[in-house]
Amino acid sequence: MHFAGIDIGSRTIQLVVINEAGQILLSLQADTGFDPIAEAKKLIGGLSCDRIIATGYGRNLFEICFDALTVTEIKAHAIGARALFPGAQTVLDIGGQDSKAIALLENGKVKKFEMNDRCAAGTGKFLEIMAKTLGFDIEQFGLEALAAEKGLKISSMCTVFAESEVTSLIARGNNRREIARGLHSSVIRRAAGMINRLSSPGDIVFTGGVAKNPCMQTLLREKLGRPILIPDEPQLTGALGAALLAAQHNGAQD
Amino acid sequence: MKTVLLNKLQHISEKNLMAIEDAKTNGRKVIGFYCLYSPTEIALAAEAIVLPLCGTRNDPIAAAEEILPRNLCPLIKSSFGFAVTGTCPFFGFSDIIIGDTTCDGKKKMFELLSQHKPIHVLQLPQNQDSRIALSFWRAQIDLFKSIIEDHTGVAITPERLRKAINLMNRERTSRKALMDVNKIDPAPLSGSNLLEIMFKAGFLADKQKAIALMDEISAEAVKGTLRENNSHNGRRKRILLTGVPVGLGSDKVVNIVEQCGADVVAFENCTGYKQAFTVDEDKDPMDALAEQYLATPCSVMSPNTGRFDLLKKMIPDFKVDGVIDLTWQACHTYNVEAYQVSKFIHGNFGISPLHLETDYAESDTEQLRVRIEAYLEMI
Repeated sequence: MHFAGIDIGSRTIQLVVINEAGQILLSLQADTGFDPIAEAKKLIGGLSCDRIIATGYGRNLFEICFDALTVTEIKAHAIGARALFPGAQTVLDIGGQDSKAIALLENGKVKKFEMNDRCAAGTGKFLEIMAKTLGFDIEQFGLEALAAEKGLKISSMCTVFAESEVTSLIARGNNRREIARGLHSSVIRRAAGMINRLSSPGDIVFTGGVAKNPCMQTLLREKLGRPILIPDEPQLTGALGAALLAAQHNGAQD
Repeated sequence: MKTVLLNKLQHISEKNLMAIEDAKTNGRKVIGFYCLYSPTEIALAAEAIVLPLCGTRNDPIAAAEEILPRNLCPLIKSSFGFAVTGTCPFFGFSDIIIGDTTCDGKKKMFELLSQHKPIHVLQLPQNQDSRIALSFWRAQIDLFKSIIEDHTGVAITPERLRKAINLMNRERTSRKALMDVNKIDPAPLSGSNLLEIMFKAGFLADKQKAIALMDEISAEAVKGTLRENNSHNGRRKRILLTGVPVGLGSDKVVNIVEQCGADVVAFENCTGYKQAFTVDEDKDPMDALAEQYLATPCSVMSPNTGRFDLLKKMIPDFKVDGVIDLTWQACHTYNVEAYQVSKFIHGNFGISPLHLETDYAESDTEQLRVRIEAYLEMI
């Protein structure tokens, strides 16, 4: 039997298909764009699976269009992270438009969670806009920031204000790598605050697209002084969690 | 809820507006209130009509922001916006406005509002200490009484006060009984229906009518006839909403909880269970009013021990599965208190509350939905 999880995020859509043993058979990714359902249709076109569960911001739209079950990205990330790292007690997910820290119970259920403010401050979108302002490719942004000798202090978290702050720093002739490093640090300060509020122990599983950024990985490890575990494909964690839940649901009905 | 009842509520609300107009033509005074700290009994004792004016809708906020800063509590902006745009009939009816120094934002907003209406602001103490704070507050209540007497031309005798206290006690007892209906599991009234009933009953100029309406609904509700039987969808989780006041138009969190398949069964706020008190009818009426109203467990008091007592009672009484602590944007006192509330509830009941900070606008509905849905999955 095949089970699928689809994570319709603000920036990208991920699809994961697993078998009964929980092994990943297929994973696909597409940009969300302005018509997430059309993109989702393209991804699942021709796919045959016994059950699909949707997560992410587009989950409710998907539920209506495809009559599928849904789960929040918080629970999906918790399940996905636990499957990838069975001892995980703390998860940090930084996605396109929000970030969340999740504490897990022994049994893998969500014990508590913290989320960023309602705007996109300190998320993937924030980094994307800042990279553009500084003329960096988003894929290289983390490496460039890591190459800086020091970081400049950026105090604004709001994307709009931070952009003005960055513009002033550029105008004053500051090194753009150092500005980039400062921007990464400001996101990490915010994320570390959420993790500390949870007071959840152990290694931290870092998921979501932003987890691929090497500067974020390094700064998070330094800031918290705790081991950071990163899945091979961190942005798939939510879709994997949804797929695993689809398999569980199926088991429960048998 | 039964359409008959909703239509009746609508009908009563419309008739109420006409009744207030008639009463005004016949010389009765109308006094507008903004906060639970002001004893309405004093106005009732002077034969005045009392109306709640606290703003709960988003519509007038844009107009308010022409004068007030954007980064201010939506309740203050909404209240001010209604007043300056002339879109609230109840503000229009009011001959005098009574405010309280419930927070810095309100206090300064009332200064601006005084250009539109006569206003008197009761000075609240910072804590509920029975000696110094109470004697200060008692003096405020005396001053309040003389201002109402001047405005209405009615001498407020102890006899009149006792009658007003008795009437308000009966109203609050009916209100409490209505809220207590939802101690039953499953809840006989949806949170949004309960909120609408209490909100509309609050505007009724004739307190006897409000009492009769609430009693009738309570009696009907306990029979289980005011809700469709949707038990096939499984048990609905029971949520207690604590924190800032909510009314029609500022009830988006209640609506999202219901859309996610759970119930708000109780409201620990000043539009809900903080009104479930009675004033001692055996004491000197002015002393009794001062004591009881000062005990209102609002976050403006430091410390605010009464709120924790109330939560400790309500969480088991209403058999709740989870608690949502709501803070309006820029409400510092409730926002700071959220940390203590979370620790208290977790320590006593093992439940982690969900703290939400938002305003009256709909722009963050999806962000709120994911938090609420995830919370309901968790509990």
